[in-house]
Amino acid sequence: MIAFFRQNKLLTFAAVFVAIQVLLAIFAPIVSPHDPFVQVMVQRMKGPNALNWLGTDQLGRDVFARILYGYRTSLLTCLAAVVMALLAGGSLGMLAAYYRGWFDRIVMRFMDVLFAFPIMLLAIAVIAVLGPNMWSAAIAIAIVYTPIFARLLRGPALVICESEYVLGAKAIGAGDMRIIFLHLLPNIASVALVQTSLLLSAAILVEASLSFLGLGAQPPVPSLGLMLSEGRNFLLLSPWPAVFAGFAILFLSFGFNLLGDALRDTLDPRLRGRD
Amino acid sequence: MPLRFFLARLIDLVVVLFGISIVVFLMIRLIPGDAVAIMLGANTEITPESIAELRGRLGLDRPMIEQYFVWISGVLQGDFGTSIWTGRPVSEEIAANIWPTIELTLLSVLFGAAFSIPLGAFMAQARGRGSEVAVRVGAIAGLTIPSFWLGIVSIFMVSKLFPGWQALGYVPFTQDPLGNLSRMILPVIALSLPMLANLSRLVRSAMLDALGQDYVRTAKAKGAPRRVVVYKHALRNALIPFVTSVGVSAGYLLGGAIVIEQVFAIPGLGRLVLGAISERNYPLVQATILVMTAGFVIVNFLVDLLYAVIDPRISRR
Repeated sequence: MIAFFRQNKLLTFAAVFVAIQVLLAIFAPIVSPHDPFVQVMVQRMKGPNALNWLGTDQLGRDVFARILYGYRTSLLTCLAAVVMALLAGGSLGMLAAYYRGWFDRIVMRFMDVLFAFPIMLLAIAVIAVLGPNMWSAAIAIAIVYTPIFARLLRGPALVICESEYVLGAKAIGAGDMRIIFLHLLPNIASVALVQTSLLLSAAILVEASLSFLGLGAQPPVPSLGLMLSEGRNFLLLSPWPAVFAGFAILFLSFGFNLLGDALRDTLDPRLRGRD
Repeated sequence: MPLRFFLARLIDLVVVLFGISIVVFLMIRLIPGDAVAIMLGANTEITPESIAELRGRLGLDRPMIEQYFVWISGVLQGDFGTSIWTGRPVSEEIAANIWPTIELTLLSVLFGAAFSIPLGAFMAQARGRGSEVAVRVGAIAGLTIPSFWLGIVSIFMVSKLFPGWQALGYVPFTQDPLGNLSRMILPVIALSLPMLANLSRLVRSAMLDALGQDYVRTAKAKGAPRRVVVYKHALRNALIPFVTSVGVSAGYLLGGAIVIEQVFAIPGLGRLVLGAISERNYPLVQATILVMTAGFVIVNFLVDLLYAVIDPRISRR
């Protein structure tokens, strides 16, 4: 175990970096020194100090507390979105590869159409339909990522479906479900894991952009994107909330991207050093 | 380019455009509750008569398939319906807002592509473990910096360092070329950074691949200067995957432009669609999304063709 981490320094670093942020989000109520909703008007727009480590915002709320709770909002939305997309897109891609024929053609055509939309634009279209809030943002991101997962997992699934052990399993009369769950699924799990981490990183940026535009979480929910858009209006008076919220988004997204990148190297050494 | 390849791509394009039009058409009709009541709700009294009146005006009382054909034949002739609040044709509102978005996206693509080549070529010279990690971490950081945050921070820095610099808003190039470009610098940098990170990493790895090829060794052996080897032999071949990536990035930029326009108060399509959503002006939302997506798809189609011209092997597959 220790030898493994010593060999994969980048992976270890990425995993620890992500884990710290996820734990901070989970234990925000315990870790946070302040209530993220309490407004202390006399303490408005203060820079970092001993009482408010990262300063306060325009309503006198503690920036550090709001960032911790913002991590929660962001992670919850993005995890929900990426898991939905993985389940929907992954199973569509896998079934398309397994059954081929007209099912494959119709499903993948539909995925091509969804894939043709620029990501932000499709997300905005979905939110225009559902109304702006946190869960609409999650569904929007899920819809945007479904075709990406379908395309990414269909390829490897096709290769496995053609492999000798799957043909062998078919020959001895294994049922469709048995082959899909016992042979197909375990063999594309590593690809799925890498892509989940990379897409989580991208989802965090999309979620932040959406709430920045007022299309995601609504005030007073603590959200990193909202902190940026609110902080922007008071930038010249107090840049701190916007600056720290930006760093928080960057660290979260960066962590998951590095994790995905390092996971790819570890799980598939053939890809090492390639982009 | 073989005709067969061209036709196959053209059919793909038409199928995807058709699919997009269906998705965009169904969008309004998927709104939970009565979209018409929601549209009216913003500022008028809702009566059954007013709902029926607007339904009739929007053609929503006819069968779905007929509605689609009426709508799409209008769209193909440049008629996207009328904007609910202003009563102006939607196409006019789009025409009034399209240039800032095109300029912003185009300048960002040019900026990102132009700087990624020397940057990637430079990074390819640095090899070894330390620089591998540095390149990787740098590229990921460039990719994950929220561009709208970068925009906000740059506005702040400029207002502190150069108080005279007008960083927000938009003036048409034809009216004030210098004012136009000075306002475009910051948004272009903010928007193109992820692309720059992505492309320069791609150029680097393609360069490393190419530098290991036989023809590069031959060029070195015949005594060609280092610059010629790097820029003429290696780089030209490294550019093939680069072209596709530029096309794909252009689409991401179009999406990112929506956010950047909001940060820098640029009156483009992004601001138009966001305004339309908050006003529940659905015909305008629909048309803007359709125009932007169609633009993106057509650009990618052209890139595909260009790719086949650069690398004839593609079209023979």
